[in-house]
Amino acid sequence: MRILAAMSGGVDSAVAAALAVEAGHDVTGVHLALSQDRQTLRSGARGCCSVEDAHDARRVADELGVPFYVWDLAERFTDDVVDDFVAEYAAGRTPNPCLRCNERIKFTAVLDRARALGFDAVVTGHHARLADGHLRRSVDAAKDQSYVLGVLTAAQLAAAVFPLGGMTKQRVREIAAERGFAVAAKPDSHDICFIPDGDTRGFLARRLGEQPGPVVDAGTGAVLGEHGGTYGFTVGQRRGLGVDVGDARPRYVLGIEPVTRTVTVGTAELAGVTRVRTATPTWTGPAPRLPLRAEVQLRAHGTAVRCEVAADGDGGLLVTLAEAQRGVAPGQSAVVYLPDPVRGDRVLGQGTVAATA
Amino acid sequence: MTYLDHAATTPLLPEVLAAMTEQLGRVGNASSLHASGRAARRAAEQSRERLAEALGARPSEVLFTGGGTESDNLAVKGLYWARRAADQRRRRIVVSPAEHHAVLDSVEWLAKHDGAEVTWLPVEATGRVTPEALGEALGDGTDVAVASVMWANNEIGTVSDVPALVRVAHAVGVPLHTDAVQAVGQVPVDFAASGVDALTMTGHKLGGPMGAGALLLRREVECTPLMHGGGQERDVRSGTLDVAAIVGLAVAAEAAVATREQRAARLSRLRDRLVAGVVEAVPDAQLNGAPLDDVLGGSEPGPGRLPGNAHLSFPGAEGDALLMLLDARGVECSTGSACSAGVARPSHVLLAVGADPGRARSSLRFSLGHTTSEADVDAVLDAIAPVVERARNAGLNRR
Repeated sequence: MRILAAMSGGVDSAVAAALAVEAGHDVTGVHLALSQDRQTLRSGARGCCSVEDAHDARRVADELGVPFYVWDLAERFTDDVVDDFVAEYAAGRTPNPCLRCNERIKFTAVLDRARALGFDAVVTGHHARLADGHLRRSVDAAKDQSYVLGVLTAAQLAAAVFPLGGMTKQRVREIAAERGFAVAAKPDSHDICFIPDGDTRGFLARRLGEQPGPVVDAGTGAVLGEHGGTYGFTVGQRRGLGVDVGDARPRYVLGIEPVTRTVTVGTAELAGVTRVRTATPTWTGPAPRLPLRAEVQLRAHGTAVRCEVAADGDGGLLVTLAEAQRGVAPGQSAVVYLPDPVRGDRVLGQGTVAATA
Repeated sequence: MTYLDHAATTPLLPEVLAAMTEQLGRVGNASSLHASGRAARRAAEQSRERLAEALGARPSEVLFTGGGTESDNLAVKGLYWARRAADQRRRRIVVSPAEHHAVLDSVEWLAKHDGAEVTWLPVEATGRVTPEALGEALGDGTDVAVASVMWANNEIGTVSDVPALVRVAHAVGVPLHTDAVQAVGQVPVDFAASGVDALTMTGHKLGGPMGAGALLLRREVECTPLMHGGGQERDVRSGTLDVAAIVGLAVAAEAAVATREQRAARLSRLRDRLVAGVVEAVPDAQLNGAPLDDVLGGSEPGPGRLPGNAHLSFPGAEGDALLMLLDARGVECSTGSACSAGVARPSHVLLAVGADPGRARSSLRFSLGHTTSEADVDAVLDAIAPVVERARNAGLNRR
């Protein structure tokens, strides 16, 4: 096959590209330039799209002897991911930009262009298994990225190759070291790539400005304090609320109301939810017959919980959880899995969380 | 492999390789006083004389440098500093916006950090700077430190009438620097006859080694050094001479100039066939720069466009997609410049000559050189129509 390897400059995508070459495919590497300001040279490997990362990706491609190009997707990334991220926070929701990037950049903009240029597939370094059109969790549970791929459709997955899902991150590093890649020991990226210092609240404050509003107690309706902007809060958040009720019981963010700029907080027993309503879902294959018993994961680093998934009668899903969960934030994705301890839990699809109860 | 990127670099000539290999086997610092040093100095000075002879300069006017970028930096900054030191009113630099980045970025650095004021010369749609435009920009010249106009443009291949520009500059007492990196060995270049004050040239565009070039600097022109040290090269460019590279540079320049006329005739025929064939295969392709048969007027008429340069825009296709698809078919050419991360940028030269950003983003440069054959032209003509069609369907920002 003619395969386009998306190469971030990190170890995962380097090894994915190498494995595609070794499998006999005709591989071309591309690095996606996503940042509007790419004059940044960073010492670490936090995030993507610095000059140094482009260099690291190019070095690996040169060692593999495959063509390598840089594609400028900064404009689309800004529109579809960064601006979307800011708008979602401004609307009181908690977006997942990596999922949005997979959906709109890597497996739409890049895949479309790859196809138009004559490529059959795109290979990435995502940790997820993909076989027979079924997307499954990685064998390395700690590194599993199936959650942020749950938004992909069958057509997108048909042109995707994820060679790393069957191995641990440690094995990925070993393979890189065996091939002499300089990125073998490069640190993992953890943060949102366009917020390299990790200060999401500061980033949003620069974009959205000061938007003060009240912090209100859900039980009493009392105003407990003031905040600088609802975008600094996520449903389920406990730390950094800046309120002290004096009863030594932790408070959690229960809701965010962007119009009145009200952040509602309450005690742990109020923070749990058992019913989640989503927007129109996407499916990784044919739409499953509903209702069905499955598991649902409600945030990128959360654990899956047993649930029943039904149609909500309005195009979305109604997910009833077997046990109450805290921190289910509108804007996050509810990814539905069919448990399979042997071949890996299978991703059925997802819907964006719209409301909880 | 079809290599049509000779303006980026051209294969080393066999006689250059032989001369350099011989010299590399010898010990000796050209500044040393003993026999080995004397032998090295002799090789370097013979090379200086051969290079000077090939380009119509005196040996003492040849300053060896590390290449075109260094020569451009040295000329622009060195002349600016020296002229301003002699008269504090001289802060203006008059320059064309279609220059190579080695000139543009030097000028912009001086403007940002050292008080220079920049006057951008208007360029014609071909990229040419006219003597009238230069004259108007210079005014009475009292506040001008230096003017810089390239002899031949590296992207679109347009040749400017440097002797005519020199006359205008000298009429108001302003020195003119010219970047002749692409011109030497391609069109007639005579340093003394042109009257130009400083001329940048480099080896690897002529079949010489990379990392070796020269600034030809008229003897009476003051130039403040960028590099201080052992006082080599008239105290203007300190540093131990890279004798083997200098030998290679001189052999290459001599050969390129000696074979110029014959090669230029052959390359322009090949280039004309390439352009005609491309336009036949892709009827809406647009030639950028001067017409293929353009002639410079003046006392000695010469070509108005580099003989090996074909620069074309393919509306609706992105240059980097075209380049990638041609690369996959074994055809090597280039788009405009890229940023340090490797992101393709619209050509600043095309933007300077008034092309819209779409045209500037959809361009390719095919540059022919001494190894180019009919088969190379055939390879482009076989590939271009399907490549352009495919690239047009693969726009990055299409929704």
